[in-house]
Amino acid sequence: MNITRREFLQLLAVAAAYGLPLGGRPLAADTTEGFYDLPKTGGNVTLLHFTDTHAQLLPIYFREPDVNLGVNEAYGKPPHLVGEALLRHFKIEPKTRLAHAFTSLDFENAARMYGKVGGFAHLAALVKRVRAQRPGALLLDGGDSWQGSATSLWTKAQDMVDANKLLGVDIMTGHWEFTYGAARVQEAIKKDFAGKLEFIAQNVKTEDFGDPVFKSYVMREINGVPVAVIGQAFPYTPIANPRYFVAEWTFGIQEENLQKTVSEVRAKGAQAVVLLSHNGMDVDLKLASRVTGIDAILGGHTHDAVPEPVVVKNAAGGTLVTNAGSNGKFLAVLELDVRGGAVKGRHYRLLPVFSNLIEPDQEMTALISRHRAPYEKKLKEKLAVSEALLYRRGNFTGTFDQVILDALMAIKDAEIAFTPGFRWGTTILPRQTITLEHVMDQTAITYPYTTVNALTGETIKNILEDICDNLFNPDPYYQQGGDMVRVGGLQFTCEPAQRIGKRIGNMMLKGKPIEAQKKYKVASWAPVAEGASGEPIWDVVVRYLRDQKVIRPPRLNRPRLIGVKGNPGIA
Amino acid sequence: MNELRRTFLKLSGSAGTLALATAAGVLKPGPAWAAEWNQDAFAAKAVSDALKNLGATNLIESKDIVITAPDIAENGAVVPVAVTSKIANTQSISILSEKNPFPLAASFTVSNGGEGYVSTRLKMGETSNVRAVVKADGKFYTAVKEVKVTIGGCG
Repeated sequence: MNITRREFLQLLAVAAAYGLPLGGRPLAADTTEGFYDLPKTGGNVTLLHFTDTHAQLLPIYFREPDVNLGVNEAYGKPPHLVGEALLRHFKIEPKTRLAHAFTSLDFENAARMYGKVGGFAHLAALVKRVRAQRPGALLLDGGDSWQGSATSLWTKAQDMVDANKLLGVDIMTGHWEFTYGAARVQEAIKKDFAGKLEFIAQNVKTEDFGDPVFKSYVMREINGVPVAVIGQAFPYTPIANPRYFVAEWTFGIQEENLQKTVSEVRAKGAQAVVLLSHNGMDVDLKLASRVTGIDAILGGHTHDAVPEPVVVKNAAGGTLVTNAGSNGKFLAVLELDVRGGAVKGRHYRLLPVFSNLIEPDQEMTALISRHRAPYEKKLKEKLAVSEALLYRRGNFTGTFDQVILDALMAIKDAEIAFTPGFRWGTTILPRQTITLEHVMDQTAITYPYTTVNALTGETIKNILEDICDNLFNPDPYYQQGGDMVRVGGLQFTCEPAQRIGKRIGNMMLKGKPIEAQKKYKVASWAPVAEGASGEPIWDVVVRYLRDQKVIRPPRLNRPRLIGVKGNPGIA
Repeated sequence: MNELRRTFLKLSGSAGTLALATAAGVLKPGPAWAAEWNQDAFAAKAVSDALKNLGATNLIESKDIVITAPDIAENGAVVPVAVTSKIANTQSISILSEKNPFPLAASFTVSNGGEGYVSTRLKMGETSNVRAVVKADGKFYTAVKEVKVTIGGCG
């Protein structure tokens, strides 16, 4: 770890030197060389990692959160740092390309200056470039690559299955993949991945006998060094998403089985052990303190773009814990120096994928065009013009979510609306036209039903408490990794550091206190219960946008937060 | 997955399997079962009453009891719970879901020298502590694990 910071700073220096690119145009080849050339580390094993691309095949804008609170043990520690606090912690120069990549500071101007991020053709070119510098490198996908766009939903993820294969992904694990149903996942593994791409998860078993559903790990030799990659699917898939998609499978963290698996691969000669995890960073940090023998956890799920790994001490040494952001915005490079049968050095960097700095890969461009062709016209349908910056990320609110809430309340004639605290969804700059594709970026799921229910004040309070506990429970193993449900109409206060039942207070509707026994009309979407039905949310939002024509900056219905003053997780 | 075993069980069907188990003496038939049923303990509505009826008035916290259960239940209707007791001469293992209307969910007798391992599924309506109570050499030992039951949604 000791060299990592210095090298990272070198990279910063390079980035700073190219701080002002020519807006929108690819830079000259030599400039590109500079940004993505990797300094020598002495490592002989390289693992490339990306995660949570959420099916974003084309370059997009993605605003990192301005609220990502850590409470209790997590206070002020990565990943719970945002804005200037994050820059200070990781010693990133403000107002630079890297500052833009990792924070939401001055987002609109910086986004116009540095351009879009990600895109699979750009990611593919970058992967090829890094692989040329690091022969033998493996490419790992941490999951959530199959969901999050119109084309992935409409092709049942075939576009992403094909894109990941062409990208050269060697190993993956999953989460939203499972929302296409168990049969679809197994079909892709059998038909498309066989002999090319391994889907691994040590923590998914059959409900009846506890038999493993997937391979737990893969052993590969990299430059003569046997390396084991163990898979960890999202442990709360049947809870956070509808259980009926995976009714015969059971998940969970499965710490004990993980420890056994580590021992097994070590016994089989693995000299380096890496966990490809979809736990979420807080869960990974706790896991790393309890399970021994893992050199690094390459993490995802919580979409935290963490520039440097956290070293977690445990009984047998220390484990690197990383989280590699989302939406194709980053490519992580982990280099291990393995000598004499053990890992002697670990180097990590998280490269932002700036689309303007990379010449897109031709083959991948063609594949994307082929998959989009049948839908291109539909995707580009213009619905409204936004006068606002529309984004989703943040613990409590996002401007695009506010538009969804406003749409639900208006179209469904409801006094209160809920929209889930998903962490995927792209960003729209002011004066950009909102297309159907943008709406699908926020809503493309396999259970999109809108429901309207009469809920008592007491039930509403319990729902808010329950979801808030998924976010702020002091024990990370009880956190599910989403953000707080976004609420329209209803005002309330929230004290994150409290216990369940005591966080939510002062619930008010149109200036009147919510009554425990009174029923309120509540519109929401994405029900996890089996048999739910209703108008798909994208139809509701599309109708609303067409009516509005121009979206003015929405008034965020952010709960009043208690006890968070000075918290470096709030900008 | 063990497809062969799965197919075999599908063919044999659950009723047939049970009949076979009974005939082979694996499960005791009705009358003998009823004789050991601790009616008062299972009917108790308070944890303290259930424990009293088990005879477990003085509980000793023990690290030799391991409760294997999910941190968050995938389905509150069937929460898999296993209890391992490494305490010598374990005679019985009882499982309580403290917030259930009738907290005592299961009680197992371990015959002479039997392995202290039991596994069952609990129905849980809300987040609760799951308590294991182990009787060994006439003394009662205990361990607790919280299982969260949540409404779900939001990934």
